[in-house]
Amino acid sequence: MAAADRVADLRLEVAERPKTALFGLFVLGLCVDLLLKVLGVEVAVGSVKLFGGTLAASRLITLVWNGVVVGLGIGLAGIGLSMTYSILSFANFAHGDYITTGAFAGWAVAWLLAGLESGLLDGNALYLGTLGFGPEGPSAADLSVNAVGTPLSVFAGLVVAVVATIALSLVLDRAVFRPMRDQGGIAVLIASIGVALALRYLIVFFFGPTNRGLTAGGSKLILAGVSGSLALATERSTIVLAANGNVPSDTFYVELPGLNFGSYTAEILSVTSAEATLVVTSLALMLALHLALQRTKLGKAMRAMADNEDLARVTGIPTERVVRATWIIGGGLAGAAGYLIALERGTLAYNLGWVLLLLIFAAVILGGIGSIYGAMIGGLLIGLTQSVSLVWIPSSFSTAAAFAIMILVLVIRPDGLFGGVTTA
Amino acid sequence: MSESGGPPATGGTVVDRLGAKLREGDAGLIALVMAGIYVLFTIFAILGPSQGVGGVVAALQAVTFWTALYAMLVLALNLHWGYAGLFNIGVAGFMAVGVYTFAAITAPTGGSPPGLGLPLWVGVVGGMLMAAVAGAVVALPALRLRADYLAIVTVAFSEIVRLTLLSTTFQQFTLFANVSFLPNVPLGTGAGRGINIPINPTIPVKSLYYTNPSNPASGSRTALGDAVISAFGAVGIRETVVVSLTYTLVLIAFVAGFYWLLRRIGNSPFGRVLKAIREDELVANSLGKDTRLFKVKVFMVGCALMGLGGILWETQKGYTDPTATTFLPIQTFYIFIALMIGGAGSNTGSVLGGGLFASLLFLGPQYVSRIFSKYFVSGDAPSTIVGALGPLGAADPGPLFAYTLQNISALRFVLVGVVLILLMQFRPTGLLGHRKEVAASIDLLDRNERADPDAPRPATDGGRVGDRDPAPTERGDRDE
Repeated sequence: MAAADRVADLRLEVAERPKTALFGLFVLGLCVDLLLKVLGVEVAVGSVKLFGGTLAASRLITLVWNGVVVGLGIGLAGIGLSMTYSILSFANFAHGDYITTGAFAGWAVAWLLAGLESGLLDGNALYLGTLGFGPEGPSAADLSVNAVGTPLSVFAGLVVAVVATIALSLVLDRAVFRPMRDQGGIAVLIASIGVALALRYLIVFFFGPTNRGLTAGGSKLILAGVSGSLALATERSTIVLAANGNVPSDTFYVELPGLNFGSYTAEILSVTSAEATLVVTSLALMLALHLALQRTKLGKAMRAMADNEDLARVTGIPTERVVRATWIIGGGLAGAAGYLIALERGTLAYNLGWVLLLLIFAAVILGGIGSIYGAMIGGLLIGLTQSVSLVWIPSSFSTAAAFAIMILVLVIRPDGLFGGVTTA
Repeated sequence: MSESGGPPATGGTVVDRLGAKLREGDAGLIALVMAGIYVLFTIFAILGPSQGVGGVVAALQAVTFWTALYAMLVLALNLHWGYAGLFNIGVAGFMAVGVYTFAAITAPTGGSPPGLGLPLWVGVVGGMLMAAVAGAVVALPALRLRADYLAIVTVAFSEIVRLTLLSTTFQQFTLFANVSFLPNVPLGTGAGRGINIPINPTIPVKSLYYTNPSNPASGSRTALGDAVISAFGAVGIRETVVVSLTYTLVLIAFVAGFYWLLRRIGNSPFGRVLKAIREDELVANSLGKDTRLFKVKVFMVGCALMGLGGILWETQKGYTDPTATTFLPIQTFYIFIALMIGGAGSNTGSVLGGGLFASLLFLGPQYVSRIFSKYFVSGDAPSTIVGALGPLGAADPGPLFAYTLQNISALRFVLVGVVLILLMQFRPTGLLGHRKEVAASIDLLDRNERADPDAPRPATDGGRVGDRDPAPTERGDRDE
């Protein structure tokens, strides 16, 4: 009975929303194709390949991991955009440049501290503070900042990135957005484009238009199959040696108990310390935000304000204070995201945030604009789309694929996956 | 000095005259503003490094050229945003579609990448059609979305176009390779290297002056060319400037054509529906208008105009590649800012906005910086901010000043951004956006006023006179 009901429901759903059903079918097809590819099965009718092919499992795992890393960064950055959209009802086109500002502020401090630590600071303060560009300044290799080697300066940089971006977003709110509270969303949107331009090119003025190297060194953890069992190592050479039977005693090498894959020997996944830092930090920040919004009255006040601002004010909710909290949370997370993404990439340029902004919009819209969980999940989905789509299309189209997914979602389900659920 | 986005940087008395002109006619207003801009740039050119009549004419040509280009695209965008309230910020993408279609149609068949080798006008028509089709592809699904979603979709579309053009996948490909009954057609985008456009809109202009317009150096001048170029050369105007000047005249003709077309559209029944959609789509829909169809149509027309504007803009260099600033999202924002300066919804405002943006914001800072460099800076500017800030400790602001002038192009963007913010805060309707557009093709109110200015106005007499009376149409209030 229940099963029959469910089938009937499904049929109704398909009849009512053919586009959604079609899109679902498309995604399902891709999943089947992926599965067949990993299994190495090929389904063909005549000479036309339909499904399947070959794809190494390790490649898929690497793609998924890359997608998760990029996606968490995008999701973290998207929370602020989603919150300002639901509380202040405008799409903030300057959000990308908040991210860039956070990255530059944080890394300037990280470099100064790393310089202090390594004794390079002497007379180089200005160069370090502008991230050492130019032939006279120290290079990334001279400093060798990374999450493992110089954890303190990397952490201090993160804190500064958060604080600086919060300060920036509060100042900009006071100067630009607050006087425009009673104007329509489009007018504020256009003003935010102005903010974006001014911010981005002030950064160019001070830091130059070049793409600079940020980090050097750092370590990685490699998961590999060695003669059938899974093993962890920090060096690729260790795995080669171990596969030949002689495990070096002076380097890190652990064989995981349990699973056995016969004689499988290959590198499966390599995780750098920067990636691990990004993943752990963003998950921690997301969890903290979740708890903060669920346990305090702030979350409730935000939901009320997103729903109806006038009613919220009548009820006694200090709306301006909620707006300030929105900017603090959103700006802080944007700054952290910018800093972490720059750490993961190891390079930084003035257009970091602007290039990311469209992907972030894609993520936020995909998740349902206004919902912070939507932004997190949407970020992951966009990251995974961009990464896993490489199985089917050339890399120059991976960003285009993410945008296409966003347009599709907008057309099929403009409210997004978590539509209707606003903030927390 | 020229840092304000408001009325042109002229004196206070001129503002009064401007007000008087405002009542007299729009052509006068545009002429007046352009005259102000010309005076300003004549001063810039005289003070700047390249002196003489040639320098002045070259400066004025540059201003007119950029004004015309921006005016064209701003007019096209005005059709979307000003008339129908469609928030399109993917202008660069539609321009790219137009330009690349034009290039693919006109490029020689043996070229690298190859094209179809068809004549110029086929390319122009094809480019416009393709831009219109691209507009339809975006518009059909996206137009039922809210304005801010449409904005994001269009900007994503323009990025998809740019990324596709950058990709090596379509560097060179064969159309209809798998379709047996159609001929194989080799085409290509040339990816990052771009595509050569030997046949472009400057060729007809050059053919006036040269016997071999595609390569003037190899042929000789025509009789007309000889006469004109030597006449201008006598007062110190270089040959290239003469040719650009002629092309600029062609562009002005196109601006006039765009303006005329938009006026016709605006005054037609079609345009009235568009304005109704802009003010309140639900009402227009309730009155039995298929608003979706109207929106798709106007979106396509606007995109075709953007394609044409792109062709006239980008192809005159003789080649194009995806890194051209014409195709970057920033270009869309430039055009948008020009529209906001002039005032969305007003065609005259669009042309004025194009002129003011091109002169004061786009070219002005460069000229000012050159003047300052000439008189106040000695020696080379430091290459980094460190070199500029360092001497400040010794109370020497010189290097910082030189560095600032050196990097005026970055500060220009900052200026553009600040102007946009101030504009949205203090005058969201722009210069002329507050104007009430006359909905009928004949301004009935105007006729009554002219017939007898002292006579009392007719009271409500049905809908004939009241065409523009009911409900104020303040542009700033219609969002959301």
